[in-house]
Formats: sequence, structure tokens, C-alpha cells
Amino acid sequence: MTSLLTYTFKNLPSTSKWALRFSLRPLSCSSQLRAAAAVQTKSKKTLAKPNIRNIVVVDGVRIPFLQSGTSYKDLMPHDLARAALLGLLRRTNVPKGAVDYIVFGTVMQEVKTSNVAREAALGAGFSDKTPAHTVTMACISSNQAMTTGVSLVASGQFDVVVAGGTELLSDIPIRHSRKMRKMMLDLNKAKTLGQRLSLLSKFRLNFLTPELPAVAEFSTNEIMGHSADRLAAAFAVSRLEQDEYALRSHSLAKKAQDEGLLSDIVHFKVPGKDTVTQDNGIRPSSLEQMAKLKPAFIKPYGTVTAANSSFLTDGASAVLIMAEEKALAMGYKPKAYLRDFTYVSQDPKDQLLLGPAYATPKVLEKAGLTMNDIDAFEFHEAFSGQILANLKAMDSDWFAKNYMGRNVKVGSPPLEKFNNWGGSLSLGHPFGATGCRLVMTAANRLRKEGGQYALVAACAAGGQGHAMIVEAYPK
Amino acid sequence: MVASRVIGSLRRFTASQMLRYPGYICRNLTRSSALLTRTHINYGVKGDVAVIRINSPGSKVNTLGRELHSEFIEVMNEVWSSNQIRSAVLISSKPGCFIAGADINMLSACTTSQEVVQISQEAQRTFEKLEKSTKPIVAAINGTCLGGGLELAISCQYRIATKDKKTVLGSPEVLLGILPGAGGTQRLPKMVGMPAAFDMMLTGRGIRADKAKKMGLVDQLVEPLGPGLKPPEERTIEYLEEVAVTFATGLADKKISPKRDKGLVEKLTSYAMSIPFVRQQIYKKVEEKVRKQTKGLYPAPLKIIDVVKTGIEQGSDAGYLSESQKFGELAMTKESKALMGLYHGQTLCKKNKFGAPQKEVKHLAVLGAGLMGAGIAQVSVDKHLKTILKDATLPMLGRGQQQVFKGLNDKVKKKAITSFERDSLFSNLTGQLDYQGFEKADMVIEAVFEDLGLKHKVLKEVEAVVPDHCVFASNTSALPIGEIAAVSKRPEKVIGMHYFSPVDKMQLLEIITTEKTSKDTAASAVEVGLKQGKVIIVVKDGPGFYTTRCLAPMMSEVLRILQEGVDPKKLDSLTTSFGFPVGAATLMDEVGMDVAKHVAENLGKVFGERFAGGNLDVLKQMISKGFLGRKSGKGFYIYQEGVKNRNLNSDTESILASLKIPSRPDASSDEDLQYRLVTRFVNEAVLCLQEGILATPAEGDIGAVFGLGFPPCLGGPFRFVDLYGAQKIVDRLRKYEAIYGKQFTPCQLLIDHASSPNRKFFQ
Repeated sequence: MTSLLTYTFKNLPSTSKWALRFSLRPLSCSSQLRAAAAVQTKSKKTLAKPNIRNIVVVDGVRIPFLQSGTSYKDLMPHDLARAALLGLLRRTNVPKGAVDYIVFGTVMQEVKTSNVAREAALGAGFSDKTPAHTVTMACISSNQAMTTGVSLVASGQFDVVVAGGTELLSDIPIRHSRKMRKMMLDLNKAKTLGQRLSLLSKFRLNFLTPELPAVAEFSTNEIMGHSADRLAAAFAVSRLEQDEYALRSHSLAKKAQDEGLLSDIVHFKVPGKDTVTQDNGIRPSSLEQMAKLKPAFIKPYGTVTAANSSFLTDGASAVLIMAEEKALAMGYKPKAYLRDFTYVSQDPKDQLLLGPAYATPKVLEKAGLTMNDIDAFEFHEAFSGQILANLKAMDSDWFAKNYMGRNVKVGSPPLEKFNNWGGSLSLGHPFGATGCRLVMTAANRLRKEGGQYALVAACAAGGQGHAMIVEAYPK
Repeated sequence: MVASRVIGSLRRFTASQMLRYPGYICRNLTRSSALLTRTHINYGVKGDVAVIRINSPGSKVNTLGRELHSEFIEVMNEVWSSNQIRSAVLISSKPGCFIAGADINMLSACTTSQEVVQISQEAQRTFEKLEKSTKPIVAAINGTCLGGGLELAISCQYRIATKDKKTVLGSPEVLLGILPGAGGTQRLPKMVGMPAAFDMMLTGRGIRADKAKKMGLVDQLVEPLGPGLKPPEERTIEYLEEVAVTFATGLADKKISPKRDKGLVEKLTSYAMSIPFVRQQIYKKVEEKVRKQTKGLYPAPLKIIDVVKTGIEQGSDAGYLSESQKFGELAMTKESKALMGLYHGQTLCKKNKFGAPQKEVKHLAVLGAGLMGAGIAQVSVDKHLKTILKDATLPMLGRGQQQVFKGLNDKVKKKAITSFERDSLFSNLTGQLDYQGFEKADMVIEAVFEDLGLKHKVLKEVEAVVPDHCVFASNTSALPIGEIAAVSKRPEKVIGMHYFSPVDKMQLLEIITTEKTSKDTAASAVEVGLKQGKVIIVVKDGPGFYTTRCLAPMMSEVLRILQEGVDPKKLDSLTTSFGFPVGAATLMDEVGMDVAKHVAENLGKVFGERFAGGNLDVLKQMISKGFLGRKSGKGFYIYQEGVKNRNLNSDTESILASLKIPSRPDASSDEDLQYRLVTRFVNEAVLCLQEGILATPAEGDIGAVFGLGFPPCLGGPFRFVDLYGAQKIVDRLRKYEAIYGKQFTPCQLLIDHASSPNRKFFQ
């Protein structure tokens, strides 16, 4: 007994932060003052772990996200990525030679630049001695790029990594049909005129039918919007709720844009066109206008419409990730720590877009935090219905018990902390580039609003999901 | 139970609806007394839409019986008389079943056709009222919607169905030897057009929701939902109801039209149907086709055509009258009794009478990748069973793996599964040449060549590697399981599982237990069989078990008849016209001469004179010349790829000629030839029941019909004895016994039945 006491006392200095935190929480927890209190007192523990390098994001940028078919439509994906890289270089002034490695995420593969990270890096003037690779994981591709960078630095392989993502949905790889391709390949191998003619004689007009990239989930053949509509119905999310949420996203994005909060944007002079300075998909409408739209997927009675879904977007983003000591040695004042992260996956048919609901409690548990510790939530908004379904799932004990293997629900994030500067519904969603936007918005919000922890979460095709804790870097 | 369900639904009703519609609080109170007296229907009001939820107590399915019918009329009268209600939704609370059809027991209980006619007319009247309802009624269909259920649905003004694999619409009455007797024959042609209606009613085919939408059988589809805040099935029904209510409101407000837009093809078809000449041609053609296929053995299809014709040509009053009368007539026919008996038997054979096994079989291993082994593997991986397929050589194994893949790929071609599902199912299969992984196997099914020595060898090899609980099942058509188990260290774990070829098409599985087989082993085998989608009979061990033992004497007689100089083609047509799906000579070719000889020799040794008949030298000579049957391309017939009209094999004819037996004119009429075959079959089947090989006559009927193709219209050997009369069969047997000898001696049980006419296999 005594030994236990002395032990506790001996350890007191190191646990004092905990003690302070616990004594302060009840005071601030339910009151409106909580945010203010957090600004004033650095009360929470930090998530630094012994023997693991602290990893920071020095800064990050994105080119404006544009609706597909607008100013970026004649460019290629690596052009957008290059613009983001150049923006990052200008913003951070990092010497190109100091960058050890580059990772980019992308979804729609341009066949000419299958390793788009390398092409963009070379074009942006990075050293040809800096290796680069491309990752793909649907809508969480740049999250995967960032966590790949985090892992590389954490394991001590590198100190400075650039991670990013790019997506150009204005142009997609439409192919010849398999039959046509086969014939063309065989023609290549044919040696004599006779062989060629006999091959050509097999030509049929239907060979010319082009093959479009799949919009449907490969495993289930279901289009994502269709799945989102079913998900919304499963969680009894009404059309009105969805429209209201979409309107909120657009209104908040507009407000953030007007107030100049979207500071991660870098201008992009598009060759032959005007300089692009801001996102062009933010369009706050009215509920009446939105109510007029017909359902886009489940007709005629579904609830997902063009107005409450994210739209096809072109864009790119990039962040500079470093080991903390390296950043400090180079004289940087980093924006945030990148802390625990996780990936989840579930049934691609009925739970396609529930990744955030699964990932959130998991990453909180890993980090030893609760919902109440989080000051800013940045969730990827694929569809209003999807976000609201995720919130309902997180707020349901039944769902937690029966599908997530948890005894109790994790709870729904309070909306006043949720996507306060807009989200994918309004800012746009270039598949491969959204992850970096989420992380930078989270970091910038923590600085602006004075919180300590942000939680980033996103869903992705294939029934996968991701979540990460971002911790504000002390001022 | 019922009360709690009603209260539960009441509670749900109050929670979700009261807030929105405060005016209905008093309605609920006044209604609750009526609610509690109803057992099949629970009825509530959402806004101005009446929601009628069907949920028959104590059953997995809803069936249209008297009680449900009268409650339904009562509820509908309330709906029609209430001023607040403007439309109605009809839905089932049972997951996976809207209404499975009329209550068959209600029909079977009728003793005269007048009673049946009356039932039909009552239903016709009710459904006519529905059809003429000024308040639109929406049928919300989730799960099976068959027979009377479909007739009810098509009487409504609008139909919404879930796009679920379980949602199947159809008119399977013809399979029970009756016809849709509640207005279906009159409404269906109007709704989907005459050709499609004939197809549905004459084949009894179930139609999936998406197809039904295309045909115009349903108006809207609702996607099934995944998990949300409730279990998926529950929420899907709720969602279906919500959607149906919005459509009901829309219909009442005239914002939605119940008429759908017809496509060009449909418009053209319906135009063509308006020309009397075209209609006559269609009746004629359909009738011809039916006659050809049924060979006049099944009265129901022809009556269906007749009733549809009456309705279209003479108006609906005549149509309805004809429908109810023909319905009454058909319900009293032998054929319908036989088919209904089979239906009951099939239901019985889809249950595990041994209860759940102690350990569920999750890992299966199949030895031998031949036709049978690969077939068994296919039906197993298809149901998500992890299956090892083992053979001795790579080419044999490869052939088997290809067979499994092809089987699954054929399903993709039929759009039953997607190519992705095929690949993921195929991943359940592991092909290998060794015994790796057998230490995890819960059951091993061997399908190696029919040789006792070989079976002993693999049994010993398997027992050396498998865990203690593992069941060893032998797929053999004739080797006694007891003899196979003789070398086993654990005979309680040895059982017979006799599959029929082709395994993925034939529904029957004959499970054979020895005296030593434990109950749990049997439970495991039945469980696996049911998972594989089989209809199962469980029989005692003995030479030839039940199925092979019944078939062998018939085959022996086939040989004799052929030796007597009857043309194989003629024999085929005699047997098919009796109701067998495959002619007797063709069946021999399918089975194979080597197998037939093997079985005949083995069983001949045991049963002696009773299996006498044809001369086995015919088979021996055919085998020596390589005429093994279909598998070798030549048997009684010559089989050529892509040639439909096959020719007789003249070499076989000369073998038969060289071994010719003079025919007896007093037993060689067409009918005699048929009955020589059938009575031997039936006699042996009854003997199996007498000896206790069979536990019940129902299993005997199912085994004969589903495994051996015994004419379904006769209902199986036991039903046949009941319906045809035991005395007549004994008389026939005695006559042939006098001519041919002991193989025709009727068995004691059959004689007992003949001597006391009240004794029946099925009471």
C-alpha cells in the first residue's frame, strides 16, 4: 500500500498534466466557454510517444478546387500536381535538395503519367535524385500519401517528405474495347499481309464501342450515389435534412472564403487562361431551390440529388512533412503534429460510405482521447446523406454493438465544431487531393480557433475509411 | 406471442405517428379493441393512408387461408367506409415473404369440387372488389409473392417490390396440378400480355423483381437496405412501407398515374393481340407445345389455356366462371393430388430430422475430381463452404476445377450471379494432390471410383490425417456403406452420401446410415446436404440402398424388352409417354453400361432371382466393343457433338439380335411393356419400405421422383399405389409372374394393401 502511494507521488510530476486536465474539464466541458478556455490554458496532454519521432506538417497548400470542365479542363493531372508543388515550395521556401522523398495520391490514372508523382516533381524542378511514387486508395489516396510519408519519417528512413494528391476529372481515360485492343495488338505481331488481312476481316463495327472507366463499384456493380441513397434511407435521413446539411456546407464555405480563412489556397496561372484564385463550386442556394431538384440516382423517390452530393472536381494539394527536430533545425515553425491514424474497411455493398463511423472510435482509442477532447472535426463530405448517416451511426448504441463490436457508441461530433469552413460538398472533391485539404484545414482551424486536437476522417470507394488525429503545434 | 406482437406494433405506431398526426390518437384507441381480435392482420393509419400489415401467427410465411381472408375483408370494409382514409397500402410484416400462396391444406381438405369452386368464387369476389376500389390500394411486396399472393397483388391498383433475391413473383399453381383460381387467369394476361402470362402460368416460373418491373408486373422497385439503426430486414420493410405510403398518397391525389408507359414492342404486341386471327394462332401454338411436352399426362396446363381463352374471347364473366369451375375440377384430379403430395414430401425432405449437429461443417474435402466429385465441390463452394478438391493427378484435378468454374460461369451467363461473385465463390475451392489441410476438415466426401479396395484405401489414408470429429462420407451408388466402414477405426463417423449426376442439376441426395452411424454424423450429413440445396431422403444401409435398388430391376426388364426385339426408340417413347422424363434406353446410355453391369452383378448376387430379366451378356459385349453409353459416344444410340437427332447404333442392334429372346404376345402390348417396367420398380420400392430400408413412404416418393425421374404426375411409387389401387398392381404382377417368374412376385406389404382397400400409404 505504501509502496503504491510513493510510486504515485514519484510519478506525480509527469502526470500533473493529466491531473490538471481532469480538474479543469468539468468546468469547461458543457459550457460555451470551453473553446475560450482551451485557448487560454494549454491544458491537454500532448500525444507524443516515447521512442517515436514527432512528426510535423510544416505547411501545406492546394490550388483552387474547380468544377470539372472549367479552367483546368485542358491540363493534365501532373500539371495540377506541379502547380501544387511549386506553391508549396514558394510557401515554405524549402530547398528542393532538402526533400528526401515525394508521394502523391491519385485515382483516375492518366496512362501517360502512371507515376504522376515523379512527373510532377521533375517538372517542378525537384532534384532528379529525389525519388517519388504514386499511391491510390480511392477518395483517401492523399491520406494514404501523407501516412506513407509519416511512416517513412517515423521509421527514420527519411526526414523530409512531400505528400500530396492530384485529380483531373475533366478528362478521363476512355479506351478502345477489349476486342479492338486485342485486334490492334495482334496486328502489331502479324508479319505477312495475309495475316494482317485475315485479322482485319474479323473486324466488326461493335469493336469501336468505347470503354468508359467504371463509375460503379467493381465488386457490387453499384454506383456510389445509389449506395449513398440507400445508406441515407437505412439511417432514415430525410431529404430535408440532407438539403439543410448541404446548404450549411455551402454557407460555411462561402463565409470562410469571404473571410479569407481558406489560406491553404495558392494562386495558379493557367497557361492561356486567367489566374485562378479561388474555388468555384461554392454556391449557397435556398432550401426551396434545392427541394425542386429530382433525385439523381434512385428514381423517382430517392433523396440524394445533385445539390446534396459533392460534384466532379479538378484540383491538387501538397503538404511538407518533417521530423520535428529536422523542422526546428531548419528554422521552421510547424503548423501541426500528425499523430495516430488508422484505416478501416467494411462491406462494400451496404456500408460503402461508413468508413468515418468505423475509423473515428478506433483512432480516438489509439490516441487515448474521447470525442470531448476534439476541438475541430474535418470529415470528407461525399454526400450529405453519407455524412448524416455516419453521424447517426456514431450516435447509435445498437449499431456500435451489432456492427462495430463495441459496447457503447462513440457519440456524434457536435456540429458547431464540424467542418466549420465548408467541406467537399461545397469546396469540391478532387478524389486524390481531398485528404491534404482536410489535414491543412484542420491544422489551420486549430491555429485560428485555438484548439489542440482535430480529427480528420474520410470514406472511400471499396468500403474503406481513414481517420487521423492532428495536434496543434504549440505557439 | 400474438398479443405482444400487436402491442409492439402499436407502440411503434404511436411513437412514430402520433406526433405528426395528433388527430389520430382517438382513432387508435377506438381501433385497438378490434386490433386485438385479429390475428393475421394488423392495421393502422398513416395520415390518410391505411396500412394493412399481414402477419400470420406461428408461421414463417403468410398463406391465404379462410381466417386471413375473412379478416382481410373486414379490414377492407373499414377502409372503404372510413371518410378519413383515401388510400391503402398492403404489406407483409414477415421478412422474405409477402404471401406465399393459398393454403394448400385448405384445398386438400375439400372432398368435392363444389367446395373448391366456392373457395375460388369467394376469392374472386374479394379481389374484384379490390380491383374496383375507388381508393387506390398499393401492394408493397417484399419476398415471395406466389399463387394467391400474386393474384391479390395484381388486383391492387399499384405494386411496389423490393429488388431483393428473395422477392419472387409467380403463378406456380400448375406445378400443383391446379390453376390460378382467384382471377389470376383473367388479370395476368391483361397486365403482362398474353404470351408472358401463358409463360408464367404454364411453367410456374418465379420472376425476380427487376424482370417483373420490365414486364409491367410491378410498377416500382425499392432497393433493399443495409444496416442502419435497425436490422436490415426490419428497416427494409419499414422503408418499403414509407415509399408505398408516399405512392398511395400520390395516387389518391392523382399526382401519380397507375397506368405505365408501354414500350414500342409492348404496344406492338398488344396491337397484334387485338387481332382475333393472331390470338387463335397463339392458342393453337401454345396448346401444341403443351401437348407435346406433357404428352397429355397433365390436365392443368390445357385447362389454363382454355380458361384464358374463355376470358378473352367471351368476356370476363364467362372467364371467371370457367376459372372457378376448372379450378374445382382440377383440385379433384389424381394428378393434382400426386403433385401436392410431392410438394408436401419435398417440404418434409428439406428439414433436418436429426436436429443441429454438434459441430457445424465449415471445412469440406472432396476426394476425386471426376464428374461427381467436382459436382459435389461445385454445389458446396456455391454455398460458401470452404472446399478442398483432391485428386491423384494434375490433369484429373484440372478437369475437375474447370468443371466447377464452368458451373459457376454458367450462372453468370444466366445472370444469376455476377462475375465478381463467381470469382469470390470459386476462391472457396482449393485444388490439391496431397492431404494438406485435411487436419482442419470437418467432413470428407469421397467420390473415387466404385471399387471397394480403393474405397478402403482412401478411408484409411483419410483417417490418418483428419481430426477426430471429422465425418467420412462415401458417395457410392451401390457399395454397402457397412462394408466400406468395415476397415474404419471409427465406424460411427462413416456415412453414405449418394449424389445424383449431374450434381448441380439433380435435387436429390440419398443419405445412407449404417447401424453404427451415430446420430450426430447423420445430422452433419443432412446439414451439409441442405446447405448444398438438396432434397434429402435418409435410408438404411443395404445393397443398392433405396434408389439404385429400385432402378436395377427396372433396368433389368429394359434389357429383356430390348432383347425381345423392341426398338430402343419405341421403348423410349413408351416410357416418356408414361411420364418418365427420360426414355428407358436413353437412361441406360446416361448411366453407362459399365456402371449398369457393375450394379447388376453386385445386386444380382444378393437378390438373385428377383433381379433377373435381361441377359447381362448384352452389357458385357457392349462394354467389350466400347459402347459404354453417352460418355463414350456410343451406346444404344450414337452421340455426336451438335447433332440433335441421334441415330441407333447398328452394332448394338446386332448384339441384341444375336441374344434375342422370343417375346410373349400376351405380355407385349404397349401397355404391358410399360407396366412390366413400372410394376417392378414399384414392387421393389414397397419392399424397401417393408424391409425398413425406407423410413417413410414420403421419402420413397421423393427419392423416386427427384432421383430417378419416376413420373411426377403419378406422385411416386407409393402415391401411385394409393391412387391406382394396390389390387390392380398386384394383379398385373401376378400375371407377369406367371409368364416370367419370380422377379414379378409381389411383396407382402403390397399384398396386404391389396387385400385391405382402406389401407393407404398416405391417409
